[in-house]
Amino acid sequence: MNSKLISSKLIRGEHSYGQVTDQIAGLVTDRSFNFRWFSAFIFSFLFLMILFGSVTYLLVRGVGIMGINIPVAWGFPIVNFVWWVGIGHAGTFISAILFLLHQEWRTSINRFAEAMTLFAVACAGLMPMIHLGRPWFFYWLLPYPDTMDLWPQFRSPLVWDVFAVSTYLTVSLIFWYIGMIPDLASLRDRSKQRWQQVIFGVMAMGWRGSARHWKRYQTAYLLLAGLATPLVISVHSVVSLDFTAAIVPGWHSTIFPPYFVAGAIFSGFAMVLTLGIPLRHFYKLQDYITLKHLENCAMLLLVTGLIVTYSYLIEDFMAWYGGDPFEKYVIINRAFGKYWPAYWILVACNVVTPQFLWFKKVRTCVPLLFLISIIINIGMWAERYVIVVTSLSRDFLPSAWHNYRGTFWDWAIFTGSIGLFLFLFLLFVRTLPLIAISELRELLHSQNRENEGKK
Amino acid sequence: MIYGLMAEFETPEDLVKAASAAYSFGYRRIEAFSPFPVEELAEAIGFHHDSVALITLIGGTTGGVLAFLMQWYANVIDYPINVAGHPYFSWPAFIPVTFELTVLGAALSAAFGMLALNRLPKPWHPVFNSMEFSRASRDRFFLCIKASDPLFNSPQIQQLLGGYQLLSLKEVKIEE
Repeated sequence: MNSKLISSKLIRGEHSYGQVTDQIAGLVTDRSFNFRWFSAFIFSFLFLMILFGSVTYLLVRGVGIMGINIPVAWGFPIVNFVWWVGIGHAGTFISAILFLLHQEWRTSINRFAEAMTLFAVACAGLMPMIHLGRPWFFYWLLPYPDTMDLWPQFRSPLVWDVFAVSTYLTVSLIFWYIGMIPDLASLRDRSKQRWQQVIFGVMAMGWRGSARHWKRYQTAYLLLAGLATPLVISVHSVVSLDFTAAIVPGWHSTIFPPYFVAGAIFSGFAMVLTLGIPLRHFYKLQDYITLKHLENCAMLLLVTGLIVTYSYLIEDFMAWYGGDPFEKYVIINRAFGKYWPAYWILVACNVVTPQFLWFKKVRTCVPLLFLISIIINIGMWAERYVIVVTSLSRDFLPSAWHNYRGTFWDWAIFTGSIGLFLFLFLLFVRTLPLIAISELRELLHSQNRENEGKK
Repeated sequence: MIYGLMAEFETPEDLVKAASAAYSFGYRRIEAFSPFPVEELAEAIGFHHDSVALITLIGGTTGGVLAFLMQWYANVIDYPINVAGHPYFSWPAFIPVTFELTVLGAALSAAFGMLALNRLPKPWHPVFNSMEFSRASRDRFFLCIKASDPLFNSPQIQQLLGGYQLLSLKEVKIEE
């Protein structure tokens, strides 16, 4: 008996439940040698080795190999931390907020975006840890009954941050895994080789698609989406409080929490495009990740880009309107001081570049979108560099001023963390279903009903 | 030993119709399987309320209360430090961590509560003995009437299911 083909607005062409299952599961169960994946994997592995090498050297020699010192004690590691956490936000935005808003187009992109979140947050968590003077004591940040009879200082945003980021990582992991269980069952049932059946069988936990199970599953999924929504807003707000709780000029501002959250979603959607465009190309997923999906991401980039631009303007305005000479100096120093290149990169990448997305021609031109997404990634890194470095290097006392520069090891750790991210992402792509298959089937089903309703 | 009678359908609509017919006939030990959640299916077999939300509420509340008490004990009772002249019990500063651990407690109990209520992980189950059943995670819809149902041996069972477009109707055994 032939399976029925169903067409949908959000999926190109006509597909059946069986065919979408086989195609997405086949990407994982087919173990034949894939040269392009393998070369990318080796490439990311080399960068991962840069991270291992430089972190090892860091542990041997101490944090002095990095550019950080007093007054700029934060430097690259915190710039990288904020950048990576921010990237993670788009994954949760797609999987939780767009789910609550019934945005069906999230279906094709939520799985890999959530994976992106996990790996980005993993890279982020590494950064503040290795910039501690003695990284092996990072666990002092956690409340545990220790022999020193000490507790973390719960009035400090830095401690809030530990809780925010670790909760975020845990909840993202749970959300991602729970969402994947029905697909793991599909993989178990599609696998031909014994070892695959065993691995996916264990991971699927015996999921059999029972109606009672589905009902509880849907309740749990909805609740997790509802919980992840305020969580994702809270994480970058807490990150911004690390800055605003200090009285350092350029940091001590009430606009920081919303400004950071918008910036996080902005950079996250840029990364979704940076990863999604090659994925759809190399795995021939144009039917599922359509131009419509890319265009929607581009529109979100434009919206969040405008919010970020507004925040830049308000920062400048408040510095002038507030009349504080230190605040005024920070703004002028950012644009025309020693760090002017970072500032103007920020303006060019985050303010000017997104304006091209007003045009539908740009939003639907895939290579151009890819290019814009990379530019925005760079711009958002520059933004965090400007925030961290310009303020710290020029605070209230000119005798304490000091110029900061990232060293070779700073750059090595940063590029190495990109290697770690790509390495984990490539492993994910090869071993787990990169599109939520059961949700695709559900989408086809609801579309089928709609089509029949019209007849 | 027989576990039950498994009927295979091509569309979710057929499954829902057959499931409600079986339920209204009087079958209670029935289970339906589908490759994606089908809206009316759980109701059709008489499953209306799940307690995942309640478990989540309890988990979230526990997480939040414990977090707040921990911070109060740590920074007020066990090791009070004067920070910028704030009172020791400066509770607004304890809210972010309380919020995070509320979410953590709720999320953990939503996920593990759902798995526990579903009796998962359970890698093996008699329904997997059915050859056709591997398509329950692909494109087929199944209805299983368990042998433990008092009406299982009723002759009407064939007649009841015969009215629908069945792809297969087979007994599922408990042993291999």
